Amino acid sequence: MTDQAHAPIYDLTDADRIASDAIIQVRGLRKSFNGREVLHGIDLDIPRGEITVIIGGSGSGKTVLLKHLIGLIRPDSGQILVDGEDICRMDDRQLNRVRRKFGMLFQEAALFDSMNVFDNVAFPIREHTRLSKAEVREIVLRKLAQVGLTGAEEKMPSELSGGMRKRVGLARALALEPEIVLFDEPTTGLDPITTAVVNRLILDTHRALGITFVVISHDIPGAFAIANRIAMLFRGDIIETGTPAEIQASTNPMVQQFITGSAEGPIQIV
Amino acid sequence: MVLIERLGRGIIVGIEDLGRIALLLVDAFGWLVRPPFRIGVMLKQAEFVGVQSLFVVILTGGFTGAVLALQSYHAFRLFTAEELVSVAVALSMTRELGPVLTSLMVAARAGSAMAAELGTMRITEQIDALATMAVSPVNYLVTPRIVAGVVMVPLLTVICDVIGMLGGYIVAVGLLDIPSGTYLSRMWEALYFEDVVDGLIKSVVFGLLIALIGCYKGFYTTGGAEGVGRATTEAVVWASISILVSDYFLTALLF
Repeated sequence: MTDQAHAPIYDLTDADRIASDAIIQVRGLRKSFNGREVLHGIDLDIPRGEITVIIGGSGSGKTVLLKHLIGLIRPDSGQILVDGEDICRMDDRQLNRVRRKFGMLFQEAALFDSMNVFDNVAFPIREHTRLSKAEVREIVLRKLAQVGLTGAEEKMPSELSGGMRKRVGLARALALEPEIVLFDEPTTGLDPITTAVVNRLILDTHRALGITFVVISHDIPGAFAIANRIAMLFRGDIIETGTPAEIQASTNPMVQQFITGSAEGPIQIV
Repeated sequence: MVLIERLGRGIIVGIEDLGRIALLLVDAFGWLVRPPFRIGVMLKQAEFVGVQSLFVVILTGGFTGAVLALQSYHAFRLFTAEELVSVAVALSMTRELGPVLTSLMVAARAGSAMAAELGTMRITEQIDALATMAVSPVNYLVTPRIVAGVVMVPLLTVICDVIGMLGGYIVAVGLLDIPSGTYLSRMWEALYFEDVVDGLIKSVVFGLLIALIGCYKGFYTTGGAEGVGRATTEAVVWASISILVSDYFLTALLF
């Protein structure tokens, strides 16, 4: 099992093909918390303009990996290149410049609960542009329409359902026309119908904008429904990457166990 | 052995805490001279820390002054110096009780709210969300609160001083039949401008401590709803303790 966990991730031709247009390149990323290593030297390429879904079980390090991509967590060693720039060696000012390329949808949407929906979506626009009130209003309403939410501008986050919060969170993440959007478990905790709706929303938004999406999830049907590429993270290692068809056909027994959701197999959960 | 081990761990955690508090303070002060300046957020915090604490501070000051007059009257009557009640009230309020009691009230009201609000924002990832939107959470959340604490606590202290002296005056002149003229002239002779200023210097330090500890506890909250509760309690406890301890040293230093 250990051998497989450290097996080479890509065959060479595959790596070359992806590296040619990867918007984010992760190289040898290691991170420990309280002496326990959570990421054991991750290598991963996020191709530009596609939806990459990182799947993995609870405690596999998915969220930690995602937070590294936008500089919320600094690695112990390794590199994260965004458009070729290593964000791990940047000071706050440089990092904030790179963060302008990103939008992020948090697991519980992380809306500011002191502000209504309109102000939440307007927040990044007011922070980073000098647009007039009317222009801000026009953008906010357009973004809210884009995520299928009109007429809710005056509502407070506490008045919204889980699905609606996700929509507002996505509208806020898209407010500054990012090149990359990160999704932290977008369907966790939602009922099956809302899950399907959120997955549809991700797909539709991607079709409309054509930008890079990175989604972490343990929702396997959802991952296969939306992904252009899937990477599987297991206990701090990427053990497989490929198109959904390639993952489906993977001969790695751990991948098979995870995507079929079987209790029997090489992955033992106590 | 276990005792020594626990003591050692406690000291290490304490030093780590102090280090992180110092770094937060330096970061927050750095944003005083660098844009963006959060005037709107500052005013909102100033309203919360200052205006909304007004009622409790007035109550505290008024009754403290009144009880001071009552208590000191019984002592001064023993050597027929009742009119010195005014001096006792004025000096106690301005030098000691005004700053300390105001700060303790603000710590309980606003310091706890800062820890609870920032703690909730931390565990619901709103602080991370700010960072991903290229907005410094310290600039947006911590600096305005520290400014509000440092500006508003001294203002509240002045009000507390005045109301306290008024409360003392009402009890002494109204209830204890000390002549108004004697009361005021004795007070006027004994009270110096420095008494008030030194009290205000204390309250500036206390305001900083309240906001800094409240923000620190909230900013580094972990462990869900329980963690927010713990952060809130610790913010009040540590702010109160640090007010009382620093009060001693400031008094030794200033007077």
